[in-house]
Amino acid sequence: MSVDQKMDGSRRQLLLVTSAAGGVAVAAAAVPFVASLTPSERAKAAGAPVEVDISKLAPGQMMTVEWRGKPVWIINRTKEMLDSLKKTESEVSDPNSEKPMQPEYAKNEGRSIKPEILVAVGICTHLGCSPSDKFKTGAESGVSNDWPGGFLCPCHGSTFDMAGRVYKNKPAPDNLEIPPHKYVADTKILIGEDGKA
Amino acid sequence: MTTKAQAVMDWIDARFPLTSTYKAHLSEYYAPKNFNFWYFFGSLALLVLVLQIVTGIFLVMHYKPDASLNASGVPVAFASVEYIMRDVPGGWIIRYLHSTGASAFFVVVYLHMFRGILYGSYRKPRELIWIFGTLIFLALMAEAFMGYLLPWGQMSFWGAQVIVNLFSAIPVIGPDLSVVIRGDFVVSDATLNRFFSFHVIAVPLVLIGLVAAHIVALHEVGSNNPDGVEIKKKKGADGHPLDGIPFHPYYTVKDIVGVVGFLIVFSFIVFFAPEGGGYFLEYNNFIPADPLKTPPHIAPVWYFTPFYSLLRAMVWPLFGLDAKFWGVVAMGGGVVIIAFLPWLDRSPAKSIRYRGPIFKTLLTIFIIGFAILGFLGTKPPSYAFFGVIPGAPVAQLFSLYYFLFFLTMPVWSKIDKCKPVPDRVTG
Repeated sequence: MSVDQKMDGSRRQLLLVTSAAGGVAVAAAAVPFVASLTPSERAKAAGAPVEVDISKLAPGQMMTVEWRGKPVWIINRTKEMLDSLKKTESEVSDPNSEKPMQPEYAKNEGRSIKPEILVAVGICTHLGCSPSDKFKTGAESGVSNDWPGGFLCPCHGSTFDMAGRVYKNKPAPDNLEIPPHKYVADTKILIGEDGKA
Repeated sequence: MTTKAQAVMDWIDARFPLTSTYKAHLSEYYAPKNFNFWYFFGSLALLVLVLQIVTGIFLVMHYKPDASLNASGVPVAFASVEYIMRDVPGGWIIRYLHSTGASAFFVVVYLHMFRGILYGSYRKPRELIWIFGTLIFLALMAEAFMGYLLPWGQMSFWGAQVIVNLFSAIPVIGPDLSVVIRGDFVVSDATLNRFFSFHVIAVPLVLIGLVAAHIVALHEVGSNNPDGVEIKKKKGADGHPLDGIPFHPYYTVKDIVGVVGFLIVFSFIVFFAPEGGGYFLEYNNFIPADPLKTPPHIAPVWYFTPFYSLLRAMVWPLFGLDAKFWGVVAMGGGVVIIAFLPWLDRSPAKSIRYRGPIFKTLLTIFIIGFAILGFLGTKPPSYAFFGVIPGAPVAQLFSLYYFLFFLTMPVWSKIDKCKPVPDRVTG
C-alpha cells in the first residue's frame, strides 16, 4: 500500500470492531470444549467415604484400601516403630507437620488420631507413585544400614518415616497426605469424612 | 508421453499444480551431490510415520479404550490388546510393527537430529526448519507418551501418573491443570479415553502439519550437506547449482537403499525381539494396571530416559520453589533448549569437517553424557556402576554438562579454531 493513499478510517474501525466481536464469539465457543475436559459430574460424585474394619490388623501390619481411586494405607504401628519417630525428627523436612498435609486432629507427632494407627494416602507427594513399605530396619531393609523403618518410593527414591514424614533433600516436597477420617467404632474407621461435620 | 496422456496432464495442470509441484519437490529439486548415509534418516522418519499411521488405523479397529473390568476382572483395554495379539488374524504383527515402530521412530529421529548437529544443518538460513523439527520432536514425545497409556498395563498407568503429576508442580495453576489433563482426580477411564483421542487424531494431525512445514521450509532454502557449504552460491549456466543433482531419481534411488537396510534391521527386531529386551515393551506392562500398587521399579521407555534423568537430577529446592518444579523445568528446558541452537552456535564453519578441536571434544562428551543419562534413566535412583560408583551424582554431573554445553556454546563456538571452508562440496 502506498503511503499517500488515504485510509478510510470508518471502514477500518468497522473492520476492527467486527474482528473483535468475531474473536469474542470464538472464545465463547471454546468454553464448552474446555469445560468438557474437566472432571464429569460422575467423577466428582465418586468420592464416597469408605468404611474399614481394622480389628484383624495386627501390630506391625499394614492394609491398603481404595478411596477416590487412591490407595489408603492403614498401619498398626508397634512400639519400636513409634519410638523411631523420635530419632527421625531431625532428619525429616517437616517434623511438626506445619504444612497442611493433614487434618488438624492429625497434626501431632504420630500424625494420627490414635497413636499407633496411621491412616495415610499411599501416594508420594512428588509425582504420585505409591511408595513401598520398608518396615524392616537396618541393612536388611535394603535402603541403608541405619534405616529406621518407613517407606521408599520406587520411582524417584523419596523416603518417608513411620509417620509418613518425608526425609530432607528428597524429591518429594511434602509429607504423605493424611485423609480426613474418623472412628465410627473402636476398630472401624470411616475414611473420607471428618468427625467434625 | 503420448499426446493423449499429455492432454490429460494439461487438463489437470490447468486446474491443479501437479506437474509444477512434482518438479519443485522431486524432479527439479536440486540437492547437494555429496549426501552420505547420515542423510537416510529424514526419509526413514517419513517412512516410519507412514508405517505408524497405517498400523495405527488397523489397530483402532480392534482396540477398546475402556478401563472398566470385564467379566474376568481384567481391564477391557488391556484385554483388547491381548485379543489383538492372540485372536485377531495378523493382529500380532500389526501390533508389534506399531510398538517397535515407536522405538524405531525415535532411533531415526535421534540420528536425524545428530546429523543436524554434525553438519550445522540448523544454521542460517535453516533456523525455521530446525524449529519445526524441534516441534515435531515434542509432538512425537506427546504421541508416544499418550500411546503408551493405551494398553493399560502397570507401566502405562504409573508412567502416566508420574508425567501428568509433573504438571501439578507448576506454581498456582499446576494442580488444576493436572486435573484438566486427567479429566479426573486420578488417572482413570476419562484419562484413557482422552489420551486415545489425542493419540489417534489430534497429535497425528499436528504432526503431519509440522512435517509438511518442515519439508516445505527445507525445499525453500535447499538442503545443507556434509561440507556445510551453500550449493546455491555456485550456479551453472542452466541456473541449477553446480553441486546439485535432482532429488528424483538420484536420491529416491539412494533412499531406497536406506529403506532396504532399515527394513532388514527393523524386521529382525519385529520378528525376533519385539520387546527389545524390555526396552521397547517393558515387562511390567504385561500386568494389568493396578491403581493401588506401583511396580517396584518404574522407568520410562528408553527414548525418554535422558530427559527423565534431567528431571531426577534436581533434588534441591530453589528460590522458594520445590525441587519437583525445578525437575520439571530441567526436563522441559532440556527439550526446548535444542530449538535455540541456531542462535547459540557462533562458529564460522557449519560442518564438523571444518570445525575445531573444542567442538569435537565437547560434542563427544555431550554424546557420551547423553547416552549415560539415558542409561541411568532406565535404572532406579539408587543404581551404582559396578556397585561402587553411585549413579545419582553422575547423572547430576552430566545434566549440568548437558545445559552448559548449550549455554556456553556462544563463547566456545566463536573462539574454536576452524579450518577454511571450501567454496564447493568436496565429493
